[in-house]
Amino acid sequence: MRLSVNATRMELLRLRKRLAIARRGHKLLKDKQDELMRQFMELVKSVRGMRAQVEGQLHAAFQSFLLARSTMSDQLVEEAISFPGMKLRLKVSQRQLMNVRIPVMETVVEGSIRCYGYANTSGDLDISLKFLEGVLEQSLKLAEAEKTMQLLADEIEKTRRRVNALEYTLIPNLVETIRYITMKLSEMERSNLSRLMRIKDIIRAEG
Amino acid sequence: MNTSNIAVIGDKDSVLCFKAVGVSVFPTAEVDEAREILEKLIRGDYAVIFITEPLAAGLEEEIQKVAFQPLPSVVLIPNSKGSLGTGAERIRGVVKKAVGADILSDGEEG
Repeated sequence: MRLSVNATRMELLRLRKRLAIARRGHKLLKDKQDELMRQFMELVKSVRGMRAQVEGQLHAAFQSFLLARSTMSDQLVEEAISFPGMKLRLKVSQRQLMNVRIPVMETVVEGSIRCYGYANTSGDLDISLKFLEGVLEQSLKLAEAEKTMQLLADEIEKTRRRVNALEYTLIPNLVETIRYITMKLSEMERSNLSRLMRIKDIIRAEG
Repeated sequence: MNTSNIAVIGDKDSVLCFKAVGVSVFPTAEVDEAREILEKLIRGDYAVIFITEPLAAGLEEEIQKVAFQPLPSVVLIPNSKGSLGTGAERIRGVVKKAVGADILSDGEEG
């Protein structure tokens, strides 16, 4: 589609400048997209591995907890763990990856996992909780990686839109408009020339 | 740099054990209740929210809303009955959005 501009030499110069910038921007964005994609694919690979691992470990943790519960009464289990001695918090900071702000999480562990007396609880509970602690560490890493993955995906989509807008809309429009103005200008030039020649003829005939 | 909390939403059998490791636990089996909890947690100071897969299936809309914000990170976990594969499915969805094609469906998995 041709842009609606006046067919003047000034407009032509302006459009040529815009075209140069658009081409440069397109190249840069394309490079950015390629790099984002590379990072993204690497991340996806590791996230898939991590997720499979976490799911497997969580399953095992649930099972061992179930085992622990089966040897103790529900009330005792709830009593044992309802006042946790351990507090898990996350220190969240930000990092820039390809100009995308992604959260970086660092676990802060306060206190110990042992929060109950040994007298009333079974050894299975100790084991299962110890196990769970390890799984949680992994799951939090997974949380961070999945979030990064989502944010990168969003950025990739945005970049792709921009690249496509430049490649398939703006640049072709500019090229077409520039051609239109060039044609128009040379057409004007020609018509002017022929008019002058005709006037010259008329003047000569009269004189 | 500030510290944030971790939360777990899910049926009681699955999430009770998380309580011992110092994570905020919100036991529920109802999707509607889970939705209320989730909305509250998103507004609150939580960086990571784990949700069991069966509950998350009914909360797709809420989860998608925060998916592309820096925080919180909502992560699906299997419940005590095993994985439904929803979590892995989500990864595939994200890849599809980014690449524009479902490149994980065969090849690597098959």
